[in-house]
This record gives sequence, C-alpha cells and structure tokens, in this order.
Amino acid sequence: MMVKLVTIDAKGMHYTPLNQQVRRAVEDGADEVVVQNVLGQRFIGDGLKGDATIHVYGVPGGDLAMFMSGPTVIVHGNAEHAPGNTMDAGKVVIHGSAGDAVAHSMRGGKVFIRGNIGYRGGIHMKQYEAQRPILVVGGSAQTFLGEYMAGGLLIVLDLDGAMKARGIGSGIHGGEIIIRGDVDDACLAAGAKKVPLTDEDRRRIAPVIREFAGDFGLDPEPLVNADYTRIVPASARPFAGKYTWE
Amino acid sequence: MSNNLGSMPLRYRVTIDREQCMECERCIENCSYGVFRRDGDRILINSRKCTACHRCLAYCPRDAIMLEEQPCDYRSHPVWTRATREAIYNQARTGKIILAGMGSVADLPIIFDRLMLDACQVTTPPTDPLREPVELRTYLGKKPSKLDLRRNSKGDVELATELTPNLMVETPIMLGHMSYGAISLNAQISMARAAKETGTYMGTGEGGLHAGLYPYQDRMIVQVASGRFGVNIDYLERGAAIEIKLGQGAKPGIGGHLTGEKVSKDVSRTRMIPQGSDAISPAPHHDIYGIEDLSQLVRSIKEATEWKKPVFAKIAAVNNTAENVAAVARSSVDAVVIDGFRGGTGAAPRVFRDHVGIPIEVAVASADRELRKQGLRNEVSLIACGSIRESADVVKAIALGADAVYIGTAALAAMGCRVCGNCYQGLCPWGIATQRPDLVERLDPDVASKQVANLIHAWTLEITELMGAAGINSIESLRGNRDRLRGYMLDEGLLDVLDVKPVGA
Repeated sequence: MMVKLVTIDAKGMHYTPLNQQVRRAVEDGADEVVVQNVLGQRFIGDGLKGDATIHVYGVPGGDLAMFMSGPTVIVHGNAEHAPGNTMDAGKVVIHGSAGDAVAHSMRGGKVFIRGNIGYRGGIHMKQYEAQRPILVVGGSAQTFLGEYMAGGLLIVLDLDGAMKARGIGSGIHGGEIIIRGDVDDACLAAGAKKVPLTDEDRRRIAPVIREFAGDFGLDPEPLVNADYTRIVPASARPFAGKYTWE
Repeated sequence: MSNNLGSMPLRYRVTIDREQCMECERCIENCSYGVFRRDGDRILINSRKCTACHRCLAYCPRDAIMLEEQPCDYRSHPVWTRATREAIYNQARTGKIILAGMGSVADLPIIFDRLMLDACQVTTPPTDPLREPVELRTYLGKKPSKLDLRRNSKGDVELATELTPNLMVETPIMLGHMSYGAISLNAQISMARAAKETGTYMGTGEGGLHAGLYPYQDRMIVQVASGRFGVNIDYLERGAAIEIKLGQGAKPGIGGHLTGEKVSKDVSRTRMIPQGSDAISPAPHHDIYGIEDLSQLVRSIKEATEWKKPVFAKIAAVNNTAENVAAVARSSVDAVVIDGFRGGTGAAPRVFRDHVGIPIEVAVASADRELRKQGLRNEVSLIACGSIRESADVVKAIALGADAVYIGTAALAAMGCRVCGNCYQGLCPWGIATQRPDLVERLDPDVASKQVANLIHAWTLEITELMGAAGINSIESLRGNRDRLRGYMLDEGLLDVLDVKPVGA
C-alpha cells in the first residue's frame, strides 16, 4: 500500500493555521505529515487523534502533542517546554533536548528525548488501567524530576554523564523513576525512596530501552545491562497523616 | 491513655418524644451515622454521632424527634469561644491540620445583606413584568469592541466582524462546579437535568465526566484543574465550555485532595486514576508558573477544540483580585469566574476556610471596575460565586458588575442538603455527598432535578419582579448598575471600593 505523505511548509505561519493544516491532513487520511521550517509554533499535534506520523523539522514551540491521543510526533531538533502535556496515547520522539515540565500530567503513550530536559520533568505523570505513560530521557534531567508523580515509568539514561536533578520525586505517590548509575541520597526529595533494581525490573524496562536505542541509533545492550537506581514512593498516601477533622 | 482531655461536650442532643414515637424505625433506617439503634423494645440514641443532617426529623412520621445544638455550655467568654477552645483540644490531641466541610463559619458581616435594592416610584414608574417583557437571556463570552459591516453582492449589509463562541443562558443562574467523587452521580444527574430544563449550564468539577452525564453534555462546563483528572481530548470535546480552575474561594492558594477512600471503582474510571488512590491536585498548575503561561494553557485548550468553545478561568477572591482578573482577561479566556471566601467545599483546612480571601461582593465590584478602567470589560464575562444564597444576591452581584452567577450550596440544599458540613464523612444520608450505593439511591433524579429546576425558576421569577420594580427591562441594563444599590451601615472605605452610595444619598 502506498504511504500517503503530506508536506507542509510552516515558514512564517501562525500556529493556528499550521495546526489546522496538520489536522486536515490527518483527517484526510495522511499516514505521514512532514512539517518543514518550524520555528516556535506551539501546540503542534495538540488534541490530535489517529495513528499518523508527524515529522517536525525545526524547533517547535511549547505544548507539543498536548492532549494527543494516538499519533507519533518525531521532532528533528530541539523542543520547547511541556511536550506530551496531558497526553493520552501515542508517541513523541525528540532528536534533541526539551524544556521544563516534559510529559506533565501524561496519562499514556511514550515520550523519548535524546538530549536533556529542564525542570519538573515527568511532573504528575499518572496511570490508569492499561494506560501507563513512559518518559525516557537520554541525557540529563533538572531538579524536581518526577514531582507529584502518580504513575508511569520515568527513565533517565544520563548518557552524557551530567545528571543534575535534585529534589527528585517530591510528593511522588505512584509510578517509578529509574536513573542510570547511582543517585546520591541528598538528591531525593521527601516522599521518595531508593530501592534496588531487581532482575524482574530489568526485564520489564529492557524493551523500553531497546525501543529508545532503536529510535536514536544507539547500541542497546550496554544500556540494558547498566547499573540503575530505582526510585519509588515511600508511601502511596503522602498526605494521609497530615489532617484531622473538625 | 494517649491524652487527658476526655470527651468533648456533645455538639447536638437528639431526643425522642416517647409519647409520639410509634417505633416505626424510620429513624434507624434513615440515619447513616448510626445515631439510632433498636435494643429490645426501645430505640436507643447515641447523640455523639449526630451531624444535624435532619434526615431523621424529615422522615419521622410523628414529629417525635427533636434536636438541640450545643446542649452543654462552656463558661462563656468573648475571646475563648467554643470553636477556638475545641480546635485547641483537637490539635492538642492530634497535632494535625483541621479539615472541615462546607463554607466559612466565621461570623463576619455579609455585605449582600447591607446592600439595598432600588425601586421606581413617581418620577419613573415601575414596569409590570406581566405586561412588559423583562429580558434575562445572557451571553457569556467575548464581545467585539467594535463591529465592522460590509455590503454583499446583493447589496445587503452583513457583519464582517468574526464573533467568538458565547454561551447563551436563559437566566443568569448557573450550577457551579462540584465534582463526581465529592458528590454522587445522582446529584450530578439531577442538576444536569435541571440545567437542561431551565436553559442554563452546570460545571463538572475536576472529577471528569461520567458516561451517565453524556446525554446532558451540551449543558456541561467541563473543568480542567491542576490534577488533570479525567481530562483528555474526548472530555474537552464533549463540554459546551471548558473551565480552568486556578483557585477556589473556600481555600485560596492551596490544591485539592480527594482521599483514596472516596475513589470507588466508578469514580476511578471517571477520574482515570487507580481505585483507592489519593487524587492530589497540586496548588498551582505545573504548566502555569506565570501569567504568560496561563495564556499558553488557554490557547492549548482552544487549539485542541479548534476555537469552537468558550474557555473560562476560575480564581479565588483575594487581595489583588482586580489585578488578577485584568491579567486573566488578557489571556484569551472568555469568562472569569471569581469565587468568594464564603464559597462551599467538600473539605478545606479550617484555617483557610475562615481566614483567607475576600468577600465576593467586593471582588466582583473591584474586578468590574478595573476591567472597565483598562478597557477590557468586553473581553471577558464575569461570573460571581461563593455564597449566592437567594435571588436578591444574584441581582446585587449583577448590579456590582457580574454577568451571571454560579450557585453550589443552594442547589445542594434544593436537593435536601441541610448544610451539616459533614460531606467529608462520605455518609450523606440525603444521597448527595456520598458514593455508598444505598445512600445514593435515596436521591431520585426525577424528583431532585425538579426541585433544583423549581429553585432556578423561582429565583428567575423573583429577579424579573425586582427588575420590573426598578424599571429595568433587560439584564444588560442591570449589569454594573451600581446606582440601583445603596449601602446600609457600610463604612465609607467599603462604599468607595464597591462604588456604591450610602442609603439616602
């Protein structure tokens, strides 16, 4: 079957008509949409459904793939803040770095970032039944990683050896944060605790790491077999002991 | 013994008139708190469990039950009140933050009650609503600052200005946001039907949209709060409008927290979180760290829904509400909801409920004034909420600058709620603030929806009469019309903030 490909030149275009064109292309049955010359246009793929693949060339603006439910967005460059915000399903692949609040409140799908992310990565990710969001960061993450996390899987591979996150997992009450290498206790926030990565855990994350390595042309096996620190909630009810009734 | 405080004096004392009682046991059946039980040939009473919900009184066929509040006196003291002393005993025992249900109980003056409405006499006669129509229909959303017209090929004049979506309400009374989880599905369905019947809208709260409400989705304003519970593209597309919750009047500056006990299977499905898990809404939206970011969130929602739906933003009334509203009005939102410090809640820390925020009356007046001063009043509608108790409050809020109001507690009361403030226990005998199936079943949407619709009808009629008496035949002429208000025993500073003259002036 022929792949239906639509190319859009985003040069000088406001985000609303750009997003309309992407939406129309997907509704008209495009399998692949290539968006050229993107320069800061926000909300690309916002609320988009279906199973098309959107290739973004350039630097998209904030809230890429927000509320997205199904498609794949591949960014051939860096992204701004909060890609994958409140995303439900689908996949975001960024061949560069991204800003703050990556995968904020994400409920399902995958966000893969080859480079670094800013502050509050994976904040308030959550899961429900079969929906379990996955955020994988190739480089480093900044402070407040996995804050308020309520579900899902967050992996930081620290490929460039410059992991900066402190205050990891403040208020975490679900899900897991897995960071390659050791993490100093002083970098954990109240409510988070370190546990050893079991063989079962490693088997569980191996397919995710292989998929990530495949997307970015990395050798997967050294990553699959590396040492990891697993960070989980100290309690599923972090605020249970804080209140009394009138 | 973990403390030496012993038991607190009874809050309520329940008695049964044994002469009247026919031992039908309806009190035992109706009380979900376990006040009554049968022991041999007697119905026994445990007053300590009573919440003054009145369910037993309401369903006793012989009026045999009587309830007394605070039957035991403390030594009276103007400073060390009963409430302050009991809060100390509670915290000395537990070392914790005190949570409480419903709105503020602080005994502070209510400004609405010190504002008097105008009526016409000889110089301008009143209009008779029976004969002359009084228009209450309201459009919520942006209004263009000017209209451009053009002549088409046939020579007809048509509108060139592109209008943005508005919500049309037949009466300026809407039903405020109370989430599924905080209240029952039957309570939500009852209000949704009432909204449909009376031509108004209701808010979902932040608990998602249960499939049982899909038939009424064109009457629902779906809420997006910091926890993003139940929020996905399907949810956004179903709502008639979308409201971003930035704050709540009963607890400004803090987030929300639905305890795991209340996250039943059905609540979990609607919120899209695991059953039994705590649903924590952080204090800020973590994608809004400044006013520029609000614009980003508003536009992300508009983009996702292709600019077809109005987007509201709700904030709590605090010191700099006017500046906040002016900032929000620049963020592409279509309406700003201001929630006063007396607003209701399922649960809020007592210290916030009674001490943080400002009254809705001053918040809406100063916001309206600031918006006009900055030339932004047409950019947003203003919705006032937080202790709208009767039709006169609606008229006064509109005269102070609101376009419409949300009611919450008043709608619950229309379904039977006695404002007992024990919502957090999850045992509401009226079937409102509970998820227990046998209790939820007590609230019949066929009956309760009619009661809520009756309340809206009744208030609408009263508003029409009040406007007719004042010679005002459309809601637009009432909006911000402070000349039709007079302050009674309000100080000069407050009159200045409200921009209202004193009585007699």
